[in-house]
Amino acid sequence: MEKLTVEHVSKIYNTPNGSLLAVKDVSFTVEEGEFVVIVGNSGCGKTSLLNMIGGLEEKTEGSIRVSGQEVTGPGPDRGMVFQGYSLFPWLTVQKNVEFGLKMRGIDAKTRAETARKYVSLVGLEGFADTLPDALSGGMKQRAAIARTLANAPEILLMDEPFGALDAQTRIVMQELLARVSRETGSTVLFITHDIDEAILLGTRILVMSRRPGTVQKILPVSLPGKRDHTALTSPEFLALKREIMDLLWTEQVL
Amino acid sequence: MKTAAKPFNLTRSLPAISFLVIATAWCVITYGGLVGPLFVPSPTAVLEKIFSGLKDGSLLTHCWASTRRVMIGWFFSALAALPGGMLMARSKKFTALLQPLIEFVRYLPVVALVPLTILYLGIGETQKYMVIWLGTFFQLVLMVCDTVSSVDRNYLNAARTLGADRWQLYKEVIFPASLPGLLDDFRLTIGWAWTYLVVAEMVASSEGLGYIILKSQRFLATDTIFMGLILIGLIGLLTDFLLRMLTRLLVPWYKRLGDT
Repeated sequence: MEKLTVEHVSKIYNTPNGSLLAVKDVSFTVEEGEFVVIVGNSGCGKTSLLNMIGGLEEKTEGSIRVSGQEVTGPGPDRGMVFQGYSLFPWLTVQKNVEFGLKMRGIDAKTRAETARKYVSLVGLEGFADTLPDALSGGMKQRAAIARTLANAPEILLMDEPFGALDAQTRIVMQELLARVSRETGSTVLFITHDIDEAILLGTRILVMSRRPGTVQKILPVSLPGKRDHTALTSPEFLALKREIMDLLWTEQVL
Repeated sequence: MKTAAKPFNLTRSLPAISFLVIATAWCVITYGGLVGPLFVPSPTAVLEKIFSGLKDGSLLTHCWASTRRVMIGWFFSALAALPGGMLMARSKKFTALLQPLIEFVRYLPVVALVPLTILYLGIGETQKYMVIWLGTFFQLVLMVCDTVSSVDRNYLNAARTLGADRWQLYKEVIFPASLPGLLDDFRLTIGWAWTYLVVAEMVASSEGLGYIILKSQRFLATDTIFMGLILIGLIGLLTDFLLRMLTRLLVPWYKRLGDT
């Protein structure tokens, strides 16, 4: 079943120096349970695309549908995890994770139980009553992921959520996300400029071109064995990495 | 565990030091006879005034009258500025409607508005509240707008994608996120409210610290003027302290630059 349908979507920004075509005629779909990664260089319009799907930005042209419903604004059916830390600093981890449920009018008891479940799913059991300020960067993003998942969105939209983390933490978080999304059967659309991350996480990879951003190629990922750090050096992984590098970097020279 | 002797904490002692320097200078120039008591009364003279005022209870009456006026006038200004500033921060249309007007009134000297307040409101307490209100509202509404505008967009986007509607966005995100800034705005404008006190008590008052300062002017009672000023300053310090405590209580999550 198609969870997300993006058809001929374009985005034009009006700047003081005239109009700027940031996203050009992008079409793709994400099936239920799929983990689709959009990879592209910085400034290719991938964040604009994700924000349009999230309903935070208006599209200039085209159609975006989630489970058949046209997107007109932000909504809890599309949970987002941002690169910047967006946890509410005045709420504890537990209350942050409860936030979406509270907004949707779910009673306090169910809220607390659901949140506890997701807090432990991301490995933050001991930190439920901690304020975000006292957490490390990786822990903050764990909490942000738990907060989004607890709201049971149709699709999870992630905008370089590990971009600000150090290399070690990033690998741990990637493995965590792969496990969590598998266990919860989530549908995920994930954007990154990190090719390793894209291959490690994605069941399909969309390679975007430079500005104006458009879909250059869609690549299925089939890696034998486990998707963890050991996959990083397998021949299949390296072949795919090479193909994506060629797509992203050859174009950069031109 | 044995505790070592407390090390000398310079940062904590500095406020005391600055007051001590002023007090010493005051003693030197008055007791040393460098300046006549008409210009600067001696600490003893001022203290005597304070004690006699405390004894007959008039001092507390004056302090309370002024505090009440400042608090009521300021309270209504905060009451109006809070929703006004929040709406301005979130709506371009509302800003376009109100901002030029507010900026215009903001520059009008409150003293010049006093005759009008008497004409419209008479010479009762309402007129005094109005003077304080006029002095603080137009500043505070712009400060609130500014504070609310600077709420991190990430919080708003996160809340919207988690399903918050417009009202929830205000209640659950914008208000708590701007609360530390709002408490600072409140603290600053309460200070300004005190500076408008003398203006408020200029006409038809029979009590209040501003009133006794103005009355002393006629009799060149410099010691009473000093007493009034010192008391206003002390009440100001106390208010400031209480609001800082309140800030710590209400927003313990908030870390200021330089906090440890």
